[in-house]
Amino acid sequence: MPSRQTTNETLSSTDRRVAALAPGPPVNIATGQAADPGAGEREVTFRLEGVSVRYGEALAVKDVTMDIHHKDITALIGPSGCGKSTLLRCLNRMNDLIPSARVSGRLWYHGEDVYGPKVDPVQVRKLIGMVFQKPNPFPKSIYDNVAFGPRTTGMKGDMDEIVERALRSAALWDEVKDRLKENAYGMSGGQQQRLCIARCIATEPDVILMDEPCSALDPISTARIEDLMHELKEQYTIVIVTHNMQQAARVSDRTAFFTAEVDEATDVRTGVLVEYDRTEKVFSNPGDERTENYVTGRFG
Amino acid sequence: MSHAYELVVSGVGAPRPRRTLEATSPRRGEKVVQASLAACAVLSVLVTTAIVVSLLTPTIGFFREVSIVEFLTSTTWAPAFARPSFGVWPIVVGTLMVVFFALIVAIPIGLACAVYLSEYASRRVRGVVKPVLEVLEGIPTVATGLFAFFFLTPLAKQILPFLPWQGPFSIGVAGVAVGLLIVPLVSSVSDDAMRSVPAGLREGAYALGANKLRVTTRVVFPAAISGVVAAVVLGTSRAIGETMVVLIAAGAGNPNLSFDPTKGIQTMTAYIGGRATGDIAMGTIVYDTIFAVGTLLFIMTLSMNMLAIRLVRRFREVYE
Repeated sequence: MPSRQTTNETLSSTDRRVAALAPGPPVNIATGQAADPGAGEREVTFRLEGVSVRYGEALAVKDVTMDIHHKDITALIGPSGCGKSTLLRCLNRMNDLIPSARVSGRLWYHGEDVYGPKVDPVQVRKLIGMVFQKPNPFPKSIYDNVAFGPRTTGMKGDMDEIVERALRSAALWDEVKDRLKENAYGMSGGQQQRLCIARCIATEPDVILMDEPCSALDPISTARIEDLMHELKEQYTIVIVTHNMQQAARVSDRTAFFTAEVDEATDVRTGVLVEYDRTEKVFSNPGDERTENYVTGRFG
Repeated sequence: MSHAYELVVSGVGAPRPRRTLEATSPRRGEKVVQASLAACAVLSVLVTTAIVVSLLTPTIGFFREVSIVEFLTSTTWAPAFARPSFGVWPIVVGTLMVVFFALIVAIPIGLACAVYLSEYASRRVRGVVKPVLEVLEGIPTVATGLFAFFFLTPLAKQILPFLPWQGPFSIGVAGVAVGLLIVPLVSSVSDDAMRSVPAGLREGAYALGANKLRVTTRVVFPAAISGVVAAVVLGTSRAIGETMVVLIAAGAGNPNLSFDPTKGIQTMTAYIGGRATGDIAMGTIVYDTIFAVGTLLFIMTLSMNMLAIRLVRRFREVYE
């Protein structure tokens, strides 16, 4: 890999480098909601302070405070409708595409306010890539799928090399090297999802967000993607939303458990963060009864 | 039929009567519905066949008297003259010029409109503009023709005074008017095609740091290309077949071969429309010409549509 600019690339579309980063906000542990395990151990990639998301009037996620660490795999788990995906989509401003969505609270990325006035969502998404629940390759050739991002960002270098490197990183090269010009829709679901990961890697992001990346895949394809995540962890910070608790336990370093609070009057489900800790701790010795009920399969 | 069920409700613990697997009614209604639907389908096929046959019979009569070579190679169209000539090219050129000017107007405006509606417009704007466009599709073409004759042509003469305008008719203006006429069709069909591109593809592209223009031009538009081509072909067929606008704005006279857009030039449809009035004598050669021209028009639109189907198959980006 070429030297990767991790921390000195800013989210603003202007080329102006922010020399003086926003002052590091203090972690609000006072809420007791998100005790920050091992704070200071590792560089913080995302710092969420009281992040809430509304769709119109409905509160989808309430007051989430947590730190997401550099080169960790952080899993967001919890029952349906607990706002995991919504929260994930805040991290790279994908929620901007939904007109009614409103994000409040503070969200810092390496000390820069992701929702700051000078921040360009297009630039945010160049640095923070995303893999979706349903594999969504473009109806183009395998090569063009991978080359799409680098062409978009105007990346310099030999495109063939960039494509090969990305496909190798996604453990897909050997399977597709002889049919790069074929349409991506001829691939199996698992291959398509790895192609989407390759497509994401090709733009050289710092962070990869994964929104239930294996929920549409069979167990063998799932295992391959989990292996891949372990390899990618060397280079990328990964945040994964999953319904599959075993998957969270297998792949992640830290796990955040969310649950939904239902407003009886309006029937609106609001996601709240219950517990966030090292994955071993969450699964073996959870601090909250609701987490324990969930991870032991008594609920959800 | 109710006897089978009477005993069921007669009491708890009562033995359930055995119910038969045979049909409880002959269900004639279902057969009637099926038969009448099939009849409608057959009827539409029959009517289409009848139209083709009614076109072909006089056409065959025409080609008994006029050689097909003269029809397709001669460049003089004077079927009603004392010394008639049957070269169809002048009016084919008229039709092609209308199509050319119509598409020059309709493709850019129609597609820009579709891209705006599908990708850029807010829900509120779209809620107003789309129905308005659909209403515009229903404007009687005779009104569009009058608009072209009384408004567009004088306007064009004012804007482009250096062109050699002569008389009130202009094939170029007629073509532009036909183009405006088919803008709603092109934009509406393309808009539907672009909106049916799965949201997941757009999200995938946005997540790679693409801006809106790039998502639209590199992902959504290519994925919708088959629908867009269909829209343009529908528009083209409509332009080929448009009669009223060209009859009013380009006139039914001057069948001389010319490529000058400022002149009034007869088109195929305008010839048919101008000729097919009450005072035409059945069985004469002039009568037969309108069917020969009609058959040629039919062949043109048919091959247009077949070409489009092939193009669509070739360039379609299949998703799913």
